[in-house]
Amino acid sequence: MISFERVSKRYANGREALSNISFNIHNGEMVFLTGRSGAGKSTVLKLIALLERPSRGAVLVAGRNTQTLKARHIAAFRRGIGVVFQDHKLLADRPVFDNVALPLAVAGTALKEIDKRVRAALDQVGLLGKERVLPQELSVGEQQRVGIARAVVSKPALLIADEPTGNLDPDLSLEVMRLFRRFQDVGVTVVVATHDMHIVREFGERVITLENGSLLGDPPLDPLPSLVATR
Amino acid sequence: MSLGTASGRHLQAFMGSLGRLARAPLGTCLTLLVIALALSLPAALKLFVTNAQAATGNFASAVDLSVYLKTDVPLAKAQQLTQAAQQRPDVESVTLISADKGLEDFRTYSGFGDALSALKENPLPHVLHVRPRAQASSAAALEALRRYFTAWPEVDLVQVDAEWVMRFNAILEVLRRVLLIAAGLFALGVLAVIGNTIRLEIQARRAEIEVTKLVGGSNAYVRRPFLYTGVLYGLGGALLAWGILALIVLLLRDPVATLARLYGSRYELAGLTLNDAAALLGAGIALGWLGAWISAARHLRRIEPRA
Repeated sequence: MISFERVSKRYANGREALSNISFNIHNGEMVFLTGRSGAGKSTVLKLIALLERPSRGAVLVAGRNTQTLKARHIAAFRRGIGVVFQDHKLLADRPVFDNVALPLAVAGTALKEIDKRVRAALDQVGLLGKERVLPQELSVGEQQRVGIARAVVSKPALLIADEPTGNLDPDLSLEVMRLFRRFQDVGVTVVVATHDMHIVREFGERVITLENGSLLGDPPLDPLPSLVATR
Repeated sequence: MSLGTASGRHLQAFMGSLGRLARAPLGTCLTLLVIALALSLPAALKLFVTNAQAATGNFASAVDLSVYLKTDVPLAKAQQLTQAAQQRPDVESVTLISADKGLEDFRTYSGFGDALSALKENPLPHVLHVRPRAQASSAAALEALRRYFTAWPEVDLVQVDAEWVMRFNAILEVLRRVLLIAAGLFALGVLAVIGNTIRLEIQARRAEIEVTKLVGGSNAYVRRPFLYTGVLYGLGGALLAWGILALIVLLLRDPVATLARLYGSRYELAGLTLNDAAALLGAGIALGWLGAWISAARHLRRIEPRA
């Protein structure tokens, strides 16, 4: 599904966010991306979602090389990926329904179908009945779940999340992660960037650890990976 | 994507744009007013030129020659000459105004009726009104015709009132050119107003645009509501301009009719025809769309999502 081949990323300000990293994520896998702030987790996700392009090396997502993808194909490419943000990036002046419906609306889905699928997505995250509520009237945890509903409403094969539990207490965090696990159960590839090691241990999924832009450890299926895994 | 969902998406974008304009009524009205004024100025100039042309149209389009015969030419001879003149290929029609008819007309229209009754005999000559064919109304052709009639021994004087007609047509031509220049300048003004309004709206909705692009909205999808906003501004401004012009015509109709009556004419001020109105609305829509497109193309490209 995702393949990083000797990828480096240097930003315009000269900071090297990633240096020469390589890894593969297979279809249907759930992977935790860990490391301290500034280790390069966000950059990895940005490269996957084509918000940035690598300075060197190649990023392949679903068989497509992001380096050579033409500008006019970027929108269609992004429609194939569900993205969840720490600050959820909801539109404050639109009710929950409109927020969740956005990925379907931009894809040109028929209104009837949009209605059905938005309800299904809200049902999956336990927010059915909140369609007409504005985001700020919801709790932080509920807002995050709206963001997740929006990410999965178009049934993408790949779901990426950047610190989705960053603002949540431990119970809510677990709840959100279980939600991601459920999507993995139905075949979705899930990549979650997090520094919450409790959660990572709890779930026992594969962990990719970054430090200062380098790959620190990627023990394939270690049930209890540690932060200081050796190369 | 089916045609149904495509038109549905357009309808959605259109209604969204309409709703946004309605939610900010004051700003929308001010923008519409500026566009309407910019559109109504060249349109008013167009109305002025059209009316000036129509009011004087009879003189301007056909140049007649008045052929004054000598006073001793009898009516029978005058009739003969009329027929002879009619044979010429460059003559459209010839009307004979006999001395008696001329005197009668003069009595009726001049207001000197009583004074004329004192005259023992009719001092007026017979006159031939010669109307040249349209293709023979150039200055050179008129001059040839004038020389032809002057050569007749029965003819006293040939009058061609072509000079003032040419001057008048030249003035109209200048006005038409002024109209084109004004229309061009005001069109640029409308583009700038709409472009700037769209730019401000793009800035105000930056977050929304970012998120839309983030979930895979294409540039065309993001641009669409702004294009509709531009079209609505253009259409609304043009409709308002139409109303302004109708008001101008309404206010001027009576004074112009009075003025025309004083000149013995029953001329009435003409308003915009349906064709004119359609052109006005078309121009408004086209300018709105273009202004929005230019602005959206410039500013939307710069907004790229950041995670």
